[in-house]
Amino acid sequence: MAEDLNWAIGGEAGDGIDSTGKIFAQALSRAGRHVFTSKDFASRIRGGYTAYKIRSSTDRVQSVVDRLDILVALTQRTIDENVEELHDDSVVIYDGERSWDAEIPEGVTGVDVPLKSLAEDAGGAIMRNVVALGAACQIADFPIENLDESLEKRFASKGEKLVENNKQAARLGQEYVEENYDDLPEYSIDTTDEDLVLLNGDEAIGMGAIAAGCRFYSGYPITPATDVMEYLTGRIDQYGGTVVQAEDELSAINMALGAARAGARAMTATSGPGIDLMTETFGLVATSETPLVICDVMRSGPSTGMPTKQEQGDLNMTLYGGHGEVPRFVVAPTTVAECFQKTVEAFNLAEKYQLPVYLVSDLALAVTEQTFKPEEFDMDAIEIDRGKVVDEDDIDQYLDEQDRFQPHYDAPDGVSPRAFPGTDGGAHMSTGLEHNELGRRTEDTDERVKQVDKRNRKVETAEQEEDWDYREFGDEDADTLVISWGSNEGAMVEALDFLEDDGIDVRFISVPYIFPRPDLTEEVEAAEEVIVVECNEQGQFADLLEHDTLTRLKRVNKYNGVRFKADELADDIKAELEAEVTP
Amino acid sequence: MSSEIRFTDFKSDKQPTWCPGCGDFGTMNGMMKALAETGNDPDNTFICAGIGCSGKIGTYMHSYALHGVHGRALPVGTGVKLANPDLEVMVAGGDGDGYSIGAGHFIHAVRRNVDMTYVVMDNRIYGLTKGQASPTSREDFETSTTPEGPKQPPVNPLALSLAAGGTFIAQSFSSDSQRHTEIVQKAIEHDGFGFVNVYSPCVTFNDVDTYDYFRDSIVDLADEDHDPTDREAAKKKILEGDKEYQGVIYQDENSVPYSDLHGLDANMSEIPDGAPEDAMDLVREFY
Repeated sequence: MAEDLNWAIGGEAGDGIDSTGKIFAQALSRAGRHVFTSKDFASRIRGGYTAYKIRSSTDRVQSVVDRLDILVALTQRTIDENVEELHDDSVVIYDGERSWDAEIPEGVTGVDVPLKSLAEDAGGAIMRNVVALGAACQIADFPIENLDESLEKRFASKGEKLVENNKQAARLGQEYVEENYDDLPEYSIDTTDEDLVLLNGDEAIGMGAIAAGCRFYSGYPITPATDVMEYLTGRIDQYGGTVVQAEDELSAINMALGAARAGARAMTATSGPGIDLMTETFGLVATSETPLVICDVMRSGPSTGMPTKQEQGDLNMTLYGGHGEVPRFVVAPTTVAECFQKTVEAFNLAEKYQLPVYLVSDLALAVTEQTFKPEEFDMDAIEIDRGKVVDEDDIDQYLDEQDRFQPHYDAPDGVSPRAFPGTDGGAHMSTGLEHNELGRRTEDTDERVKQVDKRNRKVETAEQEEDWDYREFGDEDADTLVISWGSNEGAMVEALDFLEDDGIDVRFISVPYIFPRPDLTEEVEAAEEVIVVECNEQGQFADLLEHDTLTRLKRVNKYNGVRFKADELADDIKAELEAEVTP
Repeated sequence: MSSEIRFTDFKSDKQPTWCPGCGDFGTMNGMMKALAETGNDPDNTFICAGIGCSGKIGTYMHSYALHGVHGRALPVGTGVKLANPDLEVMVAGGDGDGYSIGAGHFIHAVRRNVDMTYVVMDNRIYGLTKGQASPTSREDFETSTTPEGPKQPPVNPLALSLAAGGTFIAQSFSSDSQRHTEIVQKAIEHDGFGFVNVYSPCVTFNDVDTYDYFRDSIVDLADEDHDPTDREAAKKKILEGDKEYQGVIYQDENSVPYSDLHGLDANMSEIPDGAPEDAMDLVREFY
């Protein structure tokens, strides 16, 4: 396995932790190294502990691990928070001139760099983090030229002088370490000439939306979904679309509903508390058979919960939320690249079957930047399927005997024709009331049953026509089967290696579809041990699988607000397997 | 096409279930006439409504329509209009729908100034739930839920609209068919958010704000020396609050609708068969 480098910078919110981390992550990515980032942050604007962590390798990295090699600590708390992850070869970069006396844990090498003074020498104290980056480059034996490129990317818009000053700051940091420390732990990380892109799940969703022809986005800012909106702002306009910041989530989903009924591909994104509000309109979207993509980037609940922490607790809400019974699809990407691909798919599914599609992501995917080969965002592969849209020329076949268009025509496959407003002869009513084929209110018992059956028949059609498949890793013939959904895939894929080292072969299935979903009965029956991994307390996905397979399944659940780490997950699975033999 | 369109083309074959004599008949007829007068036809018109007696309007008119959830018709209309600027969008609501559950959306729709028309059928009572106080009910109006009156001042929708930056603020009386139609027509023609509060009496549950009451008390701004482009004059009239005005109280002639400010003119239903040609640029940004 190629050598990892685990790097982090930590300090108080407002210390520029995020942008410094991003600069280093981009530098590593530009040098052809794979990168996986994670963030610890609190729900406040200034102050409090915050950190940006990077794991990097020439191989693909998909998870964080419990190890830190180089830590830039702007506060003592940064050291204290990460002390468990420091090891004998760890280096902590700190500024001894600052008012706090850094307590460097025993066995760990402290590198005292006058970050502030050197930054001032380069043109301003604000660049102290960049001095630290230069120092890190020296310690990791990483070519500092790669840092130059990402400094240019970050500061080019603010003028050449600022870019030069930053480059100089980095060099002062590098030289200081070179001149003052000659007996440091050996890190020599490789670079490659691989082309890589670095982005997070929210950005991938936004990019997928534009590529899929989404032109209308309305939303209300909420952590951790806001990046979707911020990505689309200014970009979607270039394709004739728009982003509207609504007054609340109720408005956001209703605007998106309006745009969708006008014929646009429309989306809204929010997190759990926003889904609560949107649930009011969700039933209307479904009953009026409006194609709409509703993205839920989950965070810890319930109520306001822990806004900046990871959880996968909304699954039941997306599956069952809302009064009455209406079909919806629930699609949950498992990686950042899949956030892109599944967003495209969500729009096609929504329009083909004329129903709301929940695109369920989670905080771990949303804030994690990860490197990918650009081909994984293959724009040429995108096919847009708008479903049964009728125009002036073919509308005649969907008119009743009085020449009225029937938007809820009781088609054998359950999917009716759609006429965008503006289509001659297509004027019709849409409503959340139960309706007949014309879209008009009815309480007729037969009509009610007919429309409920028609809406459900769409799901049956989709179950047959689409591939509700899964991704598989590890040993296909292993006795132990692990199943997960959402962002756990990356950590679990890497956990397979740890388990293999311990002699445990595992078949791992990662499921991106919640409803409809693949039937895993055969896979479950073929395994001796089945463990379902998810970031919630109740095991909501495990419940579904038990319901499908009529088999009691083991569970590994994490709900402390932190995503799974590969090594920790391997230990949890081992413990769960061992629990079986202990009476 | 406009010359062939008559207002009856906007009528559906569904008979309204409104109570005989309900003010909503007149309100709706005026909307249909105004739509025909302004050269629209059912296939380019979108009507949004929420819940309540007013919410039924989409059923009785022939056009593209959405009958949504309570209080949210304005956001729906906003989405429709921004997605397809070629459509004529009208939103109808009641005083409960617009000034109670939808009050938040109302002030934001006003300040957003999307080019659409909002007609509120204001009968100062909750009709479909059989006679409870509404936000525009008088302070001493006795209802099943307010036996001694609401004991709180009624909402002044015109003042709300003015305070939120309204660019077209008008009021009409549903039984004065000609004036009501004229006023709604002006609202449609306005470049921006045309707001018309319509006195639309409830003959079943409101025995105070009756046809007779309005007929006797209405003051037509056309008969007064009122300049609707004068915001100060409009403010004075609206805040005095002692008269039932009919007419355009305020119109900003320099109103620039949301779409113009945001450079939106595309019909968003038209998209390519695959990703846009330059879509790989979106990926390259992340190098």
